[in-house]
Amino acid sequence: MTWLLVAIGGAVGAPLRYLTDRAVQTYQGPGVPYVFPWGTFTANIAGSLLLGVLTGAAVSSPVHALLATGLCGALTTYSTFSYETLRLAETGRAFLAAANVLASLLAGLGAVFLGAKLAGGFGG
Amino acid sequence: MSEQEPRELPEPGPPSAPQGRVLAAVAAGGALGALARYGALVLWPTPGHGFPWTVFAVNVTGCALIGVLMVLTVERGRITRPLVRPFLGVGVLGGYTTFSTYAADVSGLLVRQEVAVAMAYTVATAVAALASVGAAAVATRAWLDRGGRPGARAEGRTA
Repeated sequence: MTWLLVAIGGAVGAPLRYLTDRAVQTYQGPGVPYVFPWGTFTANIAGSLLLGVLTGAAVSSPVHALLATGLCGALTTYSTFSYETLRLAETGRAFLAAANVLASLLAGLGAVFLGAKLAGGFGG
Repeated sequence: MSEQEPRELPEPGPPSAPQGRVLAAVAAGGALGALARYGALVLWPTPGHGFPWTVFAVNVTGCALIGVLMVLTVERGRITRPLVRPFLGVGVLGGYTTFSTYAADVSGLLVRQEVAVAMAYTVATAVAALASVGAAAVATRAWLDRGGRPGARAEGRTA
């Protein structure tokens, strides 16, 4: 049962990340060179915020499997984040690469704390 | 800001497959990736305190794999089937690796006053992830330059 919930969450989270990325890139404008990976950043921070809420709310195990392990886990990504950082560094944008890492870490951590606070603190 | 026109990848652009099929491939891959991550946590559970080794290993291995995949697909065009990257890259590897669990584990360590472990985990994951994606990409490019061939053949680099 837990496996099924994780799979369903993953099947929703990954397309959500894909659509978020597409939407952010569309917002940046067609033909605009792809510079700072705002799409992945947005998905990672949104997923971290939601995971903070779930942690703070101390949800039941099935809800945790579906939304935390499945949905938040798949909505956020470390692999694309790393690859995009690598490409920034390889195309002569070391500053943006470093900024992507630092901003993602700080914003991700802040999002978890904010989410947990909104849901009533680190009770679990 | 760099002076020279950087070698842009055809990044990422609308995939050349119908949107519905792309979403289905991403969803199927995301389910498999999330299951693989969950399976790793079942096999190698980490206690509620200390260094989260399993998620660390999941993220670092996923980063190495995406380094290989992106070189074979986007960078060098050696694998051209339109659903491969949505399924394997966005779906499986995106679902397998996780940023939210990483951030939540760091914050959990901080809340429990395990500050040194929190710092070590934060830095070690970022460094190991970037090193593995970089090493995997470099190794895959070198392999292709020496005439290595993935299963699908498609000549012609993207310049």
